[in-house]
Amino acid sequence: MKLQGKKVIALGERDGVQGSAIAACAQSAGADVVLETTYCFV
Amino acid sequence: MTQTLEQPVIRGVRFFLAHTPGLVRYGSKPSRDIARDATIADAIAAHLRGYEAAVSYPPNRAFLGHIHPDTLAAMPQPWFTSVAPGTRWGGHGEIMPEEEFYGVLKICDAFDLVHLEAGFVEEARAALSTHPLLTTADLERLGTGFPEADIVRSCGGSTPALPLYLRNGRLIGCMQAAHEEDTSLAADVLLENLTCKASAVMAMRTLLAQEQLDPLALPYVLNSGEEAVGDRYQRGGGNLAKAVAEMCGCQAATGVDIKGFCCGPVHALTMAGSLVSSRVFSQVAVVGGCALAKLGMKYRGHLQHNQPILEDVLAAVAIVVSADDGVSPRLRLDALGRHTVAAGASQKAIFEHLVSQPLERLGLHFTDVDKYATELHNPEVTEPAGSGNVPQLNYRVIAGLAAMRKEITPAQVPAFVATHGMPGFAPTQGHIASAVPFLGHAVDGLRDGSMQRVMLLAKGSLFLGRMTQMADGMSLLLERNAAGSSEERKQ
Amino acid sequence: MVLLGTPNAESSRLYAMTVTEGDPSWAGALAGVALGLPVYHVMEEAVKTQVAPEVYEEHVALMEMVLEAGDIAQAVQEVRAHTGQGD
Repeated sequence: MKLQGKKVIALGERDGVQGSAIAACAQSAGADVVLETTYCFV
Repeated sequence: MTQTLEQPVIRGVRFFLAHTPGLVRYGSKPSRDIARDATIADAIAAHLRGYEAAVSYPPNRAFLGHIHPDTLAAMPQPWFTSVAPGTRWGGHGEIMPEEEFYGVLKICDAFDLVHLEAGFVEEARAALSTHPLLTTADLERLGTGFPEADIVRSCGGSTPALPLYLRNGRLIGCMQAAHEEDTSLAADVLLENLTCKASAVMAMRTLLAQEQLDPLALPYVLNSGEEAVGDRYQRGGGNLAKAVAEMCGCQAATGVDIKGFCCGPVHALTMAGSLVSSRVFSQVAVVGGCALAKLGMKYRGHLQHNQPILEDVLAAVAIVVSADDGVSPRLRLDALGRHTVAAGASQKAIFEHLVSQPLERLGLHFTDVDKYATELHNPEVTEPAGSGNVPQLNYRVIAGLAAMRKEITPAQVPAFVATHGMPGFAPTQGHIASAVPFLGHAVDGLRDGSMQRVMLLAKGSLFLGRMTQMADGMSLLLERNAAGSSEERKQ
Repeated sequence: MVLLGTPNAESSRLYAMTVTEGDPSWAGALAGVALGLPVYHVMEEAVKTQVAPEVYEEHVALMEMVLEAGDIAQAVQEVRAHTGQGD
C-alpha cells in the first residue's frame, strides 16, 4: 500500500488523532488530502 | 489608584441538577430520531429512570458533593445498579425532580411562554412552597395555569407549542413559540434557553444563600454556556448572564456571555480572575446553565445494552471569584495554559500548551499537581455508545506526556492516572462537564489541606461550528491559600 | 483512500465498515451504501513507515502510546480482510 500520489480522506476524531494531524502525516508521505474532518462525540 | 494587583480566589462554587426524564424526548438526538420513527418515543419511555434512581446514582452523588469522585473507582459497576439510597441535597447542591423544575421554568419565564395545566400548577406550588431558595414572589409567578383543553389546542395549532410531559407521559403544559416564522424564537429553541436560564438561576441562588454572599454586592456576572439566545437578526445576541442576575436579586450587577464551546467556563474563570485581580470589580460570578440538546445524546447505546437512559439530568454551575480572603484557593493567573492558533492540532501540542508550559513557568513537575480536572464525562454514558472513556483518555495523555518528558517512567503511567486523575462522573452536559464538576471537591480539598494544587483543563471543539478547523483549550491552576498555612509556597 | 484517527477498536471497526461495505449500524446516510474505499488507521505500521518520523512523532506518537494501538490496527485489518481488500 503506497500513500504517495493517492487522494486521501482524513477522518479524525477529537479524542483520537485529529483530522489535521492525519492530514499532516498523509502529506508528509506524499499523499493529496482531499477531505479532512474531525468528529466530536461529547 | 493602587498599583499592586489583587490575588483572586475561588470564593465558592455550587451545582444544580434537575432530573428531567420527561424532557429526554427533546434532546437533539432523541427528537430527530422520534421525528423519523415515532415508535422510538415508546422505547425511550420504557428506559427512563425514576427520581429515586437518579438521586442515588453514584455519579450524580459525586457531582453534588455527597461522595468524592475517587470513591467511584472502588464501587462495583455498572454504577446504575447501586441501590444505596441518596438524599436530595449534597454539600454542593441539590437534585430537583421534574415536577418542581417545570415550576421553576415557569417562574423564570418573563414572556408567558410556558403554559402549565391548572391542576399541575397547584401541585408544583405545593411542592415548591417548602423550597429554601424560592420566595412568595416566585410562587406568585406560577400563576393559575390553563385548562388541559387549552394546552392540547396550543399543541395542535398552526405554530404548534411543544407539549411538556412527565416521565409517565402525563401532559402538564406546553412551551409556546414566540414568533410564527423566526426560527430563533421557535418553541424548542426557547425551551433550550429557558431551561438554561432556570438551571443557572438555581445554581446561583444556591451559591449565594449557602455561602452567605450578598447578591447586592455582586457587580458582574459571566455566563459561559453554549446556548444561543437571540432572534433572527441576532441569533447569538446572548447576555443570559443578566437575566440570571435579575432572578437572583443581583440588582447592582450587569453581565455578559462568554462563548467558547466546552471551554467557556474556564475562559470565563480566567476573565473573572483578571477583573478581580485588576480591581475593576471586587467579585465576579461565573455561571453555566444546562444543555437540553444533550439529553439522551447516547440513548441508542443505552437501549442496545438494555440499560437505563442515563442522560436524564440537566446540570448547571455557579462560581464566585473574589479578592484574596486568606482561606480560599488562589487562581494562578501567572500560570494559564492556552492552546494558541499556532499550536497545531495534535494532542501532544494541545497538552503541551495546557499542561507542560504553565508547569514549566512555575518550575513544577507534572506530579506536583495533586489532581487534574479535565473533561469529566461519566464513562457509563459514553462507553455503551462507543464513545470511549473521555476522562481516562485525557489522563492517559497527560501521563503519556509526563513519560515522554521523562518525569515518570512508562510503567508509572497507570499509577499516575489513578492518583492524579479520577473516574468520570459528570453528566454529558457539554461545557458543564469540562473541568468545573471537580471544582466543589477542589475547593474543599484546597481549603482543608488535603490538596495543594489542582489544575482545571478544558477543550472546545470549535470546528463543530464550521468557522474553523481548530479546537481550543485553556487551563487554570488553583493552589492552596498560603496565608492560612505555615507551608512555603513553591515558586 | 481513507485514513482513520479513531481512538478505539470498536469505533475503528465501525468507521472502516462504513467506508467499505456501508454503515453497519444502518443509522446514517451511508446505510446500505458500499463505497468500497481502501481504509487504514493512521497508527498502522503500513502507514507509519511512510510518514516522516518527526511528523509522526509530533502528531501521532503520543496517542499511539495512550490508545490500544494493537487492537485498533487489528480491527481495521479485519475489515479489510473481510471486504477482500488485502493489505
